[in-house]
Amino acid sequence: MTDLTRRKLIASGIAVTAGVSGLGVAARIAQRYGLVPPDHGGIYGLGETLTYASQRLLTRHSLAREFSRSQISKRPLANEIAPPSRAFKRLQAAGFVDWRLSVDGMVDRPGSFSLAELKTYPSRSQITEVACEEGWSYIAEWIGVPLAHVLNLVGVHPQARYVAYFSIEPDWWDSMDMADAMHPQTFLTYGMNGDELPVGNGGPLRMRVPRQLGYKSVKFITHLTVTDNLKGFGKGLGSAAPEAGYAWYAGI
Amino acid sequence: MAELESLQAPLGVGFPSSASSIPAPTVTSRHSVLVRVTHWIITLCFFALLVSGVEILISHPRFYWGETGTVLTTPLFKLPIPSSRTLVPTGYGYVLPDQNGWSRYLHFEAAWILVLTGLLYAIFGFFSGHFRKNLLPAKADRSWRAFSTAIAGHLRFRRPSDAEAQSYNVPQRLTYLFVIFVLFPLVIWSGLAMSPAFVSAFPTTATLLGGRQSARTIHFFVSLALALFVLVHLVMICVAGFWSRTRAMITGQTDSRQEERT
Repeated sequence: MTDLTRRKLIASGIAVTAGVSGLGVAARIAQRYGLVPPDHGGIYGLGETLTYASQRLLTRHSLAREFSRSQISKRPLANEIAPPSRAFKRLQAAGFVDWRLSVDGMVDRPGSFSLAELKTYPSRSQITEVACEEGWSYIAEWIGVPLAHVLNLVGVHPQARYVAYFSIEPDWWDSMDMADAMHPQTFLTYGMNGDELPVGNGGPLRMRVPRQLGYKSVKFITHLTVTDNLKGFGKGLGSAAPEAGYAWYAGI
Repeated sequence: MAELESLQAPLGVGFPSSASSIPAPTVTSRHSVLVRVTHWIITLCFFALLVSGVEILISHPRFYWGETGTVLTTPLFKLPIPSSRTLVPTGYGYVLPDQNGWSRYLHFEAAWILVLTGLLYAIFGFFSGHFRKNLLPAKADRSWRAFSTAIAGHLRFRRPSDAEAQSYNVPQRLTYLFVIFVLFPLVIWSGLAMSPAFVSAFPTTATLLGGRQSARTIHFFVSLALALFVLVHLVMICVAGFWSRTRAMITGQTDSRQEERT
């Protein structure tokens, strides 16, 4: 073996060691700055972490595209059937007057809000696109109260990192980080295209997270929990989606 | 052994002029280490992207133009295949099993590895002279005549001469340049245009392509073009000698005398 190849071997050895320890340090820093998704384990963890970390760095404050009124889809796809549970049917029969959203976890004032109460808070609307992971998409006007408003009312603890949100449908829940939770376009949505939010689109109350794919906008919301750790929820992967094989972060 | 090493200069990508200066050119260096390693990583990623892409596609085998499109709107065209979702009316009496979960995980992980590897290759290609020497047609070959002669040879499935086996001809060079600098950037761009978060930060990614659904349709056609390229690439390798070419891309060497016989 010549000198040149030995030198090369040593150099590449140092490069590999530096690379591996560099990755280790990068992982520690990423964890500290909240750039690692809860479903980072397994063979797809590398891709998920790269996607979530880079999009968090690029899009922390960016706003989802908003469209003009003329671009609203003529027929918004109502891709949901009404939850078959008796509890939902009873609430629906009464016009959802008894629908409540409870908020607990790392907050100063845990509470419960009726739809009527939510509607007394400053109402916002946005004309944004729902994009499904399957490939289809439509544009609608969404009306609701920003989630940040409700979170500020209950007083979120400074160490909070995620908001978990639950549907009246069993085993349908999700969570988002505080960047999305406090984002001005993240709505507790109760209206659509100037009317009540139809059941087929997730009414009476749907979470709307327009910077992520449709499945993040969970329908029939009844409960929120603010937390600093998602380990205790379900299988600890952040939401029901990874338990069904889907990514927790749906920004792409 | 020493002779072999000297022939395998790290950036010594084989092409006729350098090959002829080496005494006894039975074994020549065809592809540099970086080209070979990135080639196989990208090959692996491409097939992962292709398989997962097809799986994602069958969950909604309809295409639209513009910003939006659902089963309630008229599609630009439909693929005559069954779907993995009940939502889509395909005319088939059955629904395929949903594979989108792992397909999406794999699609984006493979895309990351491909993009990072591609960047490494591009940086190497620019600074080592790989693009200039091996892919940009030589000055004398930048004519229609040289181009048409080579195309005619291809169409007759003429086996390459010894010199040609060590280098790329003009249509080959142009095809590689088109794949590297047009198709790959376009497939990455149209893919990113479907990311709601990326588009929130860079809206023009989607608007320049005509909207989200246009981006999806473009993504489909560019992927099809890339798949077609791979198919032609494989056919060409078979015509030129499958094992010698595959060996050249693995070990970096071709044995020119042996190739004549196989």
